[in-house]
Amino acid sequence: MDSWQQATLALQLLAIDPGLGGVTIRARSGPVRDALLRLADPDAKRIHPAISDEALFGGLDLSATLTTGHLVQEQGLLATPGPMILAMAERAPVRLAAHLAVALDKGAGHTLIALDEGGEPDEAVDAKLAERLAFHIELSNISLHEISTIPPGSAGQRPTAPPGGRFQRDASARALPYVPPDIIGQITRIAADLGIDSLRAPLFALRAAKAHAILNDRDRVTAEDVEIACARTLAHRATRIPEPAPQEPEAPPPDQMENQNTDDTLDIPDELLLDAVRALLPDNLLDRLAAQKARAGRGSGTGAARKGNRRGRPLPSRAGRLSDGARIDIIGTLRAAAPWQKIRRNATGQDGLQIRPADIRVKRFEEKSDRLLIFTVDASGSAALTRLAEAKGAVELLLAQAYARRDHVALVAFRGAEAELLLPPTRSLVQTKRRLAGLPGGGGTPLAAGMITAFEQAQHAQRRGLTPTIAILTDGRANIALDGTADRKQAATDAQQVAKALRANGVDAIVIDTGNRPEPTLRNLAQTLDAAYLPLPRADAHRLSQSVATALGD
Amino acid sequence: MTPFPFSAIVGQEEMKRAMILTAIDASIGGVLVFGDRGTGKSTAVRALAALLPPIRAIRHCPVNSAKAADVPDWANLKTRRAHEVPTPVVDLPLGATEDRVTGALDIERALTKGEKAFQPGLLAKANRGYLYIDEVNLLEDHIVDLLLDVAQSGENVVEREGLSIRHPARFVLVGSGNPEEGELRPQLLDRFGLSVEVTSPKDIDTRVQVIKRRDAFENDNAAFMLRWQAEDAAIRDRILKARKSLAKLKTPDKTLNDVAELCLALGSDGLRGELTLLKAARAYAAWRDDTALTRAHIRDVAPMALRHRLRRDPLDEAGSGTRVARTVEDVLG
Repeated sequence: MDSWQQATLALQLLAIDPGLGGVTIRARSGPVRDALLRLADPDAKRIHPAISDEALFGGLDLSATLTTGHLVQEQGLLATPGPMILAMAERAPVRLAAHLAVALDKGAGHTLIALDEGGEPDEAVDAKLAERLAFHIELSNISLHEISTIPPGSAGQRPTAPPGGRFQRDASARALPYVPPDIIGQITRIAADLGIDSLRAPLFALRAAKAHAILNDRDRVTAEDVEIACARTLAHRATRIPEPAPQEPEAPPPDQMENQNTDDTLDIPDELLLDAVRALLPDNLLDRLAAQKARAGRGSGTGAARKGNRRGRPLPSRAGRLSDGARIDIIGTLRAAAPWQKIRRNATGQDGLQIRPADIRVKRFEEKSDRLLIFTVDASGSAALTRLAEAKGAVELLLAQAYARRDHVALVAFRGAEAELLLPPTRSLVQTKRRLAGLPGGGGTPLAAGMITAFEQAQHAQRRGLTPTIAILTDGRANIALDGTADRKQAATDAQQVAKALRANGVDAIVIDTGNRPEPTLRNLAQTLDAAYLPLPRADAHRLSQSVATALGD
Repeated sequence: MTPFPFSAIVGQEEMKRAMILTAIDASIGGVLVFGDRGTGKSTAVRALAALLPPIRAIRHCPVNSAKAADVPDWANLKTRRAHEVPTPVVDLPLGATEDRVTGALDIERALTKGEKAFQPGLLAKANRGYLYIDEVNLLEDHIVDLLLDVAQSGENVVEREGLSIRHPARFVLVGSGNPEEGELRPQLLDRFGLSVEVTSPKDIDTRVQVIKRRDAFENDNAAFMLRWQAEDAAIRDRILKARKSLAKLKTPDKTLNDVAELCLALGSDGLRGELTLLKAARAYAAWRDDTALTRAHIRDVAPMALRHRLRRDPLDEAGSGTRVARTVEDVLG
């Protein structure tokens, strides 16, 4: 079954049982996707990521109330159950995803078709939302030509398009299909084999199997239903590729198998079901897992740039409604109203300024969260001998750049047995320079301790809405472990462990190797950190600062 | 649809225990449930409402006052008669605006009748009940600040749009969230009395059981509810009984010592840890129908009362729960 048939099947099952939540369709907009959406419910409501809460939940329509003089309530989209289509779903903010997730959880008959146009693997529908949608379909690899050759029987098999609610009544009016008792256990086992932790997945599989049986007018769930349901609902959630089970030493004699088939239970070997799912496992499973991991921990919502209507750098104002928190742009509003004054005066016969709700312009601001550069400088004996002075010079140059961009700067130095926060986050260039110049060298290299101090600062900064970046300048010969003992091996493991914690928390980092020769352990460390690695064996301060500026991305 | 019954939730014993303890003694101060997606966090919280015994409140009172004298003036109630209402469980949705949370000028009345009236918000509705925040770690900062203040003082003060109003807002905070999506500020963490971490069950039989119950709940709702509502009622009776016996429970000095020693060894900030641990252990003892507080009670509730009060160690991948368990082993033996 190709992805087009999968897609139409998913829509059919969804129409039969809204409890399946919905489907994410990953494809760029194009004729194929349009063709599919034509098959969806024509009454489906279209929503977009920037939809306001009032539009979703309803409320007082302030501008209409003001113009008409009596109370105008508007009804939200979520008030009536039915299918919704969320365009550009990968751009839906966390808040919208959470609202929709709650709506889907309530089981009031809402279904959601999320159109995911994400280009990169890490651009995807919010995990919270995707979790509550039973199906996932990739449409990117089929052409319009292919779908037109599919016999109308399969694609057009949509049950004659009744709007949202009626399907549900259909399904409950018809007796639910009988589910053989061991099926539930089997579905659960398969989900576990695929490494799916959430218990929603097997529930979806079970529902999908029943819906598929209804679709085919059967009064009991058959092996085919289960197979298709598992493949459609479980494959895209898999977090590991199941091991093929060891071959059974001896197949049971055929007559015994037939006996089993005749009695009440369905006898599908687990292996067969797993095969069905495995056939649908995405090729890029590992890439996707990596992307998911990379995204995890960055969802706190404090991104680099936030658009809002409260503070920050002003953006052009926009036509809008006077909803909560919006600030009116008076000049913009007057300008929008100006051309109409004469006509309006003639029409109403009233003097004075006449402003209609449609004229209202709302201010918008873009708030850039400030960046914090945390310099973590190795001031140990080995570094002091070789490059400490150069590193200092480079940091000074970077400071000048940071000053120009109004970045915040913090300075952490590590030497001897411990790390020290020389300068808490500040914008004062003079102070930073003074502290840096007075930085003495000598002693061991407690790399892990330095990273932990930097990490603490980074977390602190994140909480205050800054975007921290840690720049580690070291020659990488970590020889002091976290507990302060001089143990080279333990020191290296500790450093790796801190690096993992840093990455898990989504802190950006740059590793600058100031050793005479590039140090492979530092390269590893940078990989663990998911950081840029800059080996600068014979660099002067200028080149160093240039490289860092490039790695920082502006 | 009626929520899934509490007693029908398979496994997740710690989460269930924590919720029952707050139902026995509201002054413990709420539960924080952190865990992966699809582990039944929201199901459990929504099921909690059915467990709570009803309260007596003045009819139509916006803040659910218990006595006629406590009804605020701005409510403009003519008759003040008490009746029995279910304990309020109020949902605080993400993205709720400040007006919605604290209450604001009643625009409807202002526009239609030209009156300046106060429209109470969610905090008023949650008074004497529960305030539930799903995805609490995604809550916007200004709402968090507001909640922290009110949860501390037990009073909501509204000074806006020419209104100046204060009303009681004492509620039990219940939050749930997925730690992968963001951390909670330590100040907010501290406001939760108990915290539990839930993971999805690893053993197949339990998982099958979960699916079976959920399936039965959806297919044959009436029969399923009939079966489990009786169990819910049994838990509710036991909660009521435990509330009564809580007063008579003896607390030996030796256990107080244990509590203090444990918190010292863990280095939890402030005295709130000790107090909560003690209250939770007492509620637990009452729930178990024991007459005196013992070490065993403390040992059982220590992880949920203390795990969110430790300083976070970025290198500790096992989580602070294990750290508490280890220290409990060391201190209490």
